[in-house]
This record gives sequence, C-alpha cells and structure tokens, in this order.
Amino acid sequence: MRERGASQSARRAREFEAFVAGAAGRLLHAATLLTAEPPDDNPRARRLLTAALAHTYASWDRLRGEDPYDRTRQQLAVRFARGAWHQYGGLGWTHPRSRAKPAGVLNCLTPQERLILVLRMYEGVAEEQAAALLGLPTERVRAICARAMATLLHPPRETAPAIAEVAPS
Amino acid sequence: MSRMSRKEADVRRILEEPQPPVPRDLYADAVRRGGRMLRRRTAARRLMWLVLFAAAVAFIVWASIAQPWVEPPSETTPPLTGW
Repeated sequence: MRERGASQSARRAREFEAFVAGAAGRLLHAATLLTAEPPDDNPRARRLLTAALAHTYASWDRLRGEDPYDRTRQQLAVRFARGAWHQYGGLGWTHPRSRAKPAGVLNCLTPQERLILVLRMYEGVAEEQAAALLGLPTERVRAICARAMATLLHPPRETAPAIAEVAPS
Repeated sequence: MSRMSRKEADVRRILEEPQPPVPRDLYADAVRRGGRMLRRRTAARRLMWLVLFAAAVAFIVWASIAQPWVEPPSETTPPLTGW
C-alpha cells in the first residue's frame, strides 16, 4: 500500500515537472497580462500562477484524461476574478487605480476586460467556454471583448476614467 | 469580417510581445504547496472516516444498552390483578 503510494507520488512528480517545464512560460505570460504588471517585475502574477499550479498538482491523480493546462488556466482565471473582486472592493470591476510604477500593456483596461481579452485572444478560449467559466452571458463576453479590443487599439485620453465611473456597472 | 480579423491579429500581436522569464523556484513552490494541500485533504478524509466510525460504534453501543425497539412497560394502566 505504502509502496504503491510512493510510486504514484513519484510518477505524479515526474509528470508534473514535465508539464510545468512545458507550460509555465505561457501561463506566466498570461498571468502577467492579467495582473497588468511589467514582465520583469510580476510578483502578483507569480503568486497567482503558483497557487493555480499547486491546485493542479493536488488534483493531478484525479484529472482522468482532462487537460492539466486547461485546468490550470481555469484556476488562474477564477483566482484572478476572485482576487480582483476582493482587491477593488464592491463589484470589483471598476477601473484600476492609477499607479506610479511602470505597468504592462493592458494597464488601460479594467480587470474584467483584461481577463476576457486574455482568455479569448491570447488563450483562444471559445466565447461560450469563457462565458461559462465566468458566469456571464455569451453576449456580454462578446461585448466586453470588443470593447477591450477597441480600448487597447485606440487608448483613451485622460478623461476615460471619469466616463467609466458614471457608467452603471 | 477581414477588418475584424485584422484587428484581432493586431491585438494578438500586442498580447504576444513581452515574455516574462520563468522564475526557477516556481516548480518547487507549486509542488510544496500542492503537496501540502494533498496532505491536508488526506488528513481531512481520515478524520471524517474516523468520526463516522466512532459515531457508528457509539450508536451500536447505545442501541444495545437502551434497546429502543422494546416496548416500554405501561405506566398509565394499573396492573390487572385479582380476577
């Protein structure tokens, strides 16, 4: 019994190491895009990814053919959504506070816009799947994605946060 | 349609640009935390079974002592004697 447990744990460690070696770069990039941190200074993205990977490791033996990358990405998205909720308070999707330090390319977007844009455009998750993951209607995901793309391609001037505050969330 | 896909390609290019370096201790941290989660889960499962087992034993002991299925002696009717 104990021997079987040990061999299972060794196999899990081996498979998990191979998975991390292959997927960590892309996942860390996605996490860094989510948190809008600069690529060379991303403590929050690292924390997010470590937590998501730890969850994947803990449920490795019960994956049953499910894609571990998919599972980790899902964890990452859910944890980010929950973290944004707590960090920004209330509905959690308000505009990010202006920061003095240098930030990532997606800093002009709200956390929700970043999340949906990264899921749809960077990870290539289908609209329906992203909607199901976040508990939103598909139309809303499509609208937020379009808005995020427009904001990203044509960054607003300084007046944008005032408009965002007036708009009902 | 083509305008949309061009916009999508632009956005994808913006998203692809900076590649952050992967920290070396990411794997070790994840395994440490994941292992801790696994151990906690195992301990919680064991505790649950233990509590369940203890409850079952306690119930059996109580039932064998109290024997709730035996009809209690009547307390309202006086015993029928002398006829």
